Amino acid sequence: MDSLVSAASVIAAGLSVGLAAIGPGIGQGQAAGAAVEGIARQPEAENQIRGTLLLSLAFMEALTIYGLVVALSLLFANPFTS
Amino acid sequence: MYPSTLVNTPVLLSGVEVGVHYYWNIAGISLHGQVFMVIWFVIGLLLVASLLGTSKLERIPTGWQNFMEYVLEFTQDIAKNQLGESFYRPWVPFISTLFLFIFGCNWAGALVPWKVFELPEGELAAPTNDINTTVALSLLVSFFYFYGGLRKKGLGYFKRYIQPTPILLPINILEDFTKPLSLSFRLFGNVLADELTVSVLTILVPLIIPLPIMGLGIFASSVQALIFSTLAAAYIAEAIE
Repeated sequence: MDSLVSAASVIAAGLSVGLAAIGPGIGQGQAAGAAVEGIARQPEAENQIRGTLLLSLAFMEALTIYGLVVALSLLFANPFTS
Repeated sequence: MYPSTLVNTPVLLSGVEVGVHYYWNIAGISLHGQVFMVIWFVIGLLLVASLLGTSKLERIPTGWQNFMEYVLEFTQDIAKNQLGESFYRPWVPFISTLFLFIFGCNWAGALVPWKVFELPEGELAAPTNDINTTVALSLLVSFFYFYGGLRKKGLGYFKRYIQPTPILLPINILEDFTKPLSLSFRLFGNVLADELTVSVLTILVPLIIPLPIMGLGIFASSVQALIFSTLAAAYIAEAIE
């Protein structure tokens, strides 16, 4: 296989997860912070807040997972190597 | 060394083989056998659990019946929270099945020591780490929200494509494709990511260190089952609203 293609694929795989993790990381931090604030203000609503928080965290995490899917397809199912 | 082989497809990462399947050729179609085996195991487990729960029904539930009623209440709540008090009842079986099946698949992959069974090729793992399983599940969700919407409103269902303004028509059509795409990728990516993280850690440190990650994986995979069924209920609610 072309070594240039494989080198580029590996770098791109690393970057795709790394870059995709930045935005959701910031977003998850803000969401968790707001949830903690909400619980501190209204401890009786903790269960509801926790459910909503987990749901929205999973939504944000999905964005990183898309990057991961791109990385995995670059590593294991690269269309440019065969 | 890893780097040279890592880019060459089928790779062994401390036992997790990505892209290697145990193929069954049935009538010219090649099926991923290892996925089917674990799926049948999960279906059998769920069937046994529900049969045990309903075989001797009592007014005051004890044992299995009690547990299964608790599970049903939990899955009913998922549907009720999204679809609302008056519409949720007919969708409870679908949402509950989705939740229990995905939950069972994820936990079966994480908790059962499948390494005991040797396959000629590939290995037994969570069926949801195969993109075909998750795409099938999410297409099922797409089919059912179309079915629900068409049944509730008839052809008037298609009015929602031009709902706020007709300018949004392409985006609304696009949404029908991105919904199953994101549903399937989310589940597939999360489950595969959990397994890959655990196996890469096991290459580096085989003992103790991977344990918390495994615990996190079990927690995350149950959350993913919850997310998938909640989103399915939300999409159906959007269509029949």
